[in-house]
Amino acid sequence: MLARVTTFSIAGLDTRRVTVEVDIRPGLPAFVIVGLGDAAVREARERVRAALLNSGFEFPQRRIVANLAPAHLRKGGSGFDLAIACGILAASAQVPPTALARWAVFGELSLTGELRGCRGALAVAEAARRGGLDGLLVPRERAREAALVDGLEVAGVRGMHEVGRVLTEGEVPPLPEPPDDVAADDEEPDLADVRGHRVPIQALRIAAAGGHNVLLRGAPGSGKTMLARRVPSILPPLSRDEAIEVTRIQSLAGIYRGDGLARRRPFRAPHHSISASGLVGGGAWPLPGEATLAHHGVLFLDELSEFARPAIEALRQPLEEGRAVIIRGQQTAVFPTRFMLVAATNPCPCGFASEPQRCRCSQVDLQRHARRLSGPLLDRIDLVHTVERPSAAALAAPATVTSSAVRADVEAARERQLRRLAGTAARCNAQMDAALVRRHAWPDEAGQRLLAAAYARDHISARGHDRVLKVARTIADLEGSERVGADHVAQALSLRGADQPAEVLA
Amino acid sequence: MTGDAAAVAPRPSETLGPREPASAQGAPAPAPPPDGPSKRQRDGDEPVPCRGCLRRTWLVGALAGRIEHARRERGAQRIALLLALDDRALMEAVDAPDAVAAAYRRFDRDAALDAARRAGLDVVCRHDPRYPERLAGLPDAPAALHVAGGLERFERLTGEGAPGVAVVGARRASAYGLEVARGLGRGLAAAGVTVVSGMALGVDSAAHAGALEAGPTIAVLAGGADRPYPASKRRLHAAIRERGCVVSELGPGIGARRWCFPARNRIIAALAGVTVVVEAMARSGSLITAELARDLGRDVGAVPGPVTSPLSAGPNALLADGAHVIRGPEDALDLACGVGAWRRPGAERAAPEHLRALHAAVAAGAGSPEALARQGVPIAAALAGLAELELLGLVRRTAGGRYEATA
Repeated sequence: MLARVTTFSIAGLDTRRVTVEVDIRPGLPAFVIVGLGDAAVREARERVRAALLNSGFEFPQRRIVANLAPAHLRKGGSGFDLAIACGILAASAQVPPTALARWAVFGELSLTGELRGCRGALAVAEAARRGGLDGLLVPRERAREAALVDGLEVAGVRGMHEVGRVLTEGEVPPLPEPPDDVAADDEEPDLADVRGHRVPIQALRIAAAGGHNVLLRGAPGSGKTMLARRVPSILPPLSRDEAIEVTRIQSLAGIYRGDGLARRRPFRAPHHSISASGLVGGGAWPLPGEATLAHHGVLFLDELSEFARPAIEALRQPLEEGRAVIIRGQQTAVFPTRFMLVAATNPCPCGFASEPQRCRCSQVDLQRHARRLSGPLLDRIDLVHTVERPSAAALAAPATVTSSAVRADVEAARERQLRRLAGTAARCNAQMDAALVRRHAWPDEAGQRLLAAAYARDHISARGHDRVLKVARTIADLEGSERVGADHVAQALSLRGADQPAEVLA
Repeated sequence: MTGDAAAVAPRPSETLGPREPASAQGAPAPAPPPDGPSKRQRDGDEPVPCRGCLRRTWLVGALAGRIEHARRERGAQRIALLLALDDRALMEAVDAPDAVAAAYRRFDRDAALDAARRAGLDVVCRHDPRYPERLAGLPDAPAALHVAGGLERFERLTGEGAPGVAVVGARRASAYGLEVARGLGRGLAAAGVTVVSGMALGVDSAAHAGALEAGPTIAVLAGGADRPYPASKRRLHAAIRERGCVVSELGPGIGARRWCFPARNRIIAALAGVTVVVEAMARSGSLITAELARDLGRDVGAVPGPVTSPLSAGPNALLADGAHVIRGPEDALDLACGVGAWRRPGAERAAPEHLRALHAAVAAGAGSPEALARQGVPIAAALAGLAELELLGLVRRTAGGRYEATA
């Protein structure tokens, strides 16, 4: 007999529909899986056999062939276990074959017959609904994730015996409760925890308002990491579309927390020993990297100068285009990477350049240290600020701001930008191209004179010129001014990166 | 400005010092005193640069490695002794390879001059009237100088009428030191003074760069004049070749050994009438150059600095020993040309009204927006004000991100 089961494979951040066909006929007992499966798929034979037997089902002693169609696409992972098992049950009439016409299945089997979760349940659920199926059988621990999709009946099953009941009697178990630990860490880090640091908070407020990438310089222990962690709290809340995207990415990366759509913007802080593929995605399948996990959120690179050059170079395309394209043989995966970059670095080899009493570095040391930071990356950083240790008085004083207050300003500024940039490809000031800068960020006469003076004195390069204008536009937006004035330009200049061309001769 | 060679007492130092006191000064004007090192005599009508001087220059370059070996084995004192020997004795003392001895015998003056010309260098030997008077007074004056930039320019920059000031100092200078050195270079060159230095990292290069903004400068290198050293100063080297002079005691292509640096420093000290030390650690080459200058009877100036900075330990010590205080180009000019010789170009820079308080705060040490905010300045005003002050040149940003008031 022949049975057909619908399941899905994960390709990058997308899913592909896979039809598992199971054919059972008389002949020497054999169990063959075809369809370009990888090692995990081939091992499914053992898992499926043991799982069926241990769940009280019969394993047909006949010739069984399972085909994963379309046969020319590579398939990988353990998510096909359940589909193969159901196909065998249907083809051997242990469950009604018609049941599998409305249920898609997805999951890994253990030898005992229990189901185990795999990553990507949300994406699979979306694909199932798009593909016209009414229901999805998934491991219980992924049920809440799959249930986020409207219009799909989700059966979260614990093992094969429950699967049998669903398919035979239509008995769908209720959804499990949300996990306990999710509620506990609802406390997002807030600016109210910060003491002192009034100017860096201003700088981050500007960065968040315009979506500008920012570099924080400062001695070890000066508070850069603490400040960086609070940036997501001052960004506008996720829109529904953004939340769905973030949740899908988390699901596909296997880090979904299991309670509804993502509510907070992601904050990713990879260690500087990370590789290029860890950062932007890669590997055999390929898997998304940190840059994608930070999509719609913040990517924090602490100790920027310690990151390997290939890793930093790999970030160029994501920073420039907002996506990473990974090509593997016949597969091309496109991972979205629209994040805000926050980087931190020590100002000099000894780390204390911002404290003149303690720093022992000469100008040569400082210049050599500055050269270690990648040029192309610095080119995409709009704001650079030096963070100093708060004074004792500041540490003792009460908090100066709360995240919600700063976020309100940021949201208002972003509103202005969305209105102004409607119909263009840019959604915030940082994304403006040269033409948009000319049209929307050009300063008044006094501002132009100031900028020209800075350019003439070689304080900024040509690229830096536009960067300063973008930041000035954001500062004007924060102050509610439609005009970009000299004051805004001046503030932007003092927050600029050190892209001055090296002194010509000395 | 021309020291009397006989009056200089030999002092043990890490340089070529005279072995025997200069004697027999009574020779008639055109011929050089037949003293100490080498047979640097020349036949009356031989064209300059003469074979003897060229050969001597070549020999020292060819034996540079051996001489360096001798320095390492037997100490710096040995160098002075060695270089005081005449050609044959020198070859014997360092155990010159046969190839060198053979080449010495076959030395071809024209070939040597060709090699120099191909490297873009002119050669001036002791017997040439264009050889700087101030160098001729040295007991162990270089036999010949290889010069890039043209002998006419060289003569103009080192002649009687051209005051010269040497600006030397630490390689790992602070932002303060670099700024002062640059300002000295600029101010001196603008007043027509020749700035002399060694093109090393730090103070030397800053002085050259400043000078080039307003005029020519002379760089004296430890190795061949055609090789930029350090390599990172390639562009500076090219600029000095184009507008000033690059000079060396060694031939084209010779790489500098350690013993060459103190040797070069004596030339710097001798070429200039005044030596100014900008920043120097307590036991550094720059201080030795100053000592040389004093030995030659030249004036020594020093730029004071914070007593907490190890880089100002050197100059401050010189001041305690009686060196002249150099607060800027005017003081150096007073030393070089006599008091009142210089006119300050342009008016004193003052901060505009609305920035005066901010400027004062930065000058008093509030070197960042955070520090200013702590004093009650609104953040936006601090950010904007610092940017404007920087544009006006009244403050500068150090590589560490802090702001400092400029001198």
